[in-house]
Amino acid sequence: MDLKTLIPQKLKEKFPTVDFEVSDYRDELTIKFDKKYIVEVCKFLKSDSELEFSLCSDITAIDWATRKNRFTVVYNIFSMKHNFRLRLKADVDEGDCKIDSVSSVWRAANWQERETYDMYGIKFNNHPDLRRMYMPEEFEYHPLRKDFPLMGIPGSLPLPKK
Amino acid sequence: MGLEAYLKDNGFFTTKIDAIIAWARKSSVWPMPMGISCCAIEMMAVGDPKYDIARFGSEVMRFTPRQCDLMIVAGTVTYKMAPVVRKIYDQMPEPKWVIAMGACTSSGGMYRSYSVVQGIDQFLPVDVYLAGCPPRPDNLLHALMKIQDKIGKTKASEFPNIPLNKIDINLPELNVIQKN
Repeated sequence: MDLKTLIPQKLKEKFPTVDFEVSDYRDELTIKFDKKYIVEVCKFLKSDSELEFSLCSDITAIDWATRKNRFTVVYNIFSMKHNFRLRLKADVDEGDCKIDSVSSVWRAANWQERETYDMYGIKFNNHPDLRRMYMPEEFEYHPLRKDFPLMGIPGSLPLPKK
Repeated sequence: MGLEAYLKDNGFFTTKIDAIIAWARKSSVWPMPMGISCCAIEMMAVGDPKYDIARFGSEVMRFTPRQCDLMIVAGTVTYKMAPVVRKIYDQMPEPKWVIAMGACTSSGGMYRSYSVVQGIDQFLPVDVYLAGCPPRPDNLLHALMKIQDKIGKTKASEFPNIPLNKIDINLPELNVIQKN
């Protein structure tokens, strides 16, 4: 069976109570669902013998600025077995800016979640080491948020004395 | 061309101590290759036989700042990298000079962004700014010749005699964040 029909079908069988929003745009399959199921779904996609999404190629986020659910966390995963790419999405609101970490599923997610935390300020629950990735640890802002000015906040990054 | 032209008849010559020291200094400028990004590739090209920085006595790229007198900052300096560049500069013995190589180093260049220092002269004294993205190797040689001109005009008494272990290294404390 075609993976594009198999994956949503298997997910619906395994998680009957979860609402999966499946879209297929430009030959790329995207599945969106509630953030509280992210770890279970990822675990299933990785461990299922017919799917085997063994590689987590990227985790990032989108800042929609004015939307009600301000952020969307995006997971790009890859099945080596089928040479198939899948995108998972989960909405996160600014008021409750947290999502469960999938670093227990893929170890590669550790640094990718740190980067997402650094750039967007989304906290990952149960992450083993949630420190900033690029910016100095004492930095207080999250540069890829839409309300962060392009040239930064003056004085927020210290320079050596001349 | 060099000293031997003066020496061929009499075997000695007279000069001023400032002149001979400045001549010696400018003819053996030892660079600290602070290669941070793509400009460093052009800086490497300057060392190869085609451009040959050895013609100017500067082929001795020292990878320890303690043996250098010219820092070539070749590349984009981010806020995170700035303390490192400054620390290396502070470890160089006096007298010392700095070339800001390329657009990024001189002004931030195309990286008009929160993460990139918009010109290293915010935390380093720069002697020569070098245009280009990246500058051609011959352009870097031109900058080196400008530095040599500058060194040629110096007097030995201008430079304070500070022992290496007395050099004051000023670094900001990273946990202090000033707010405007």
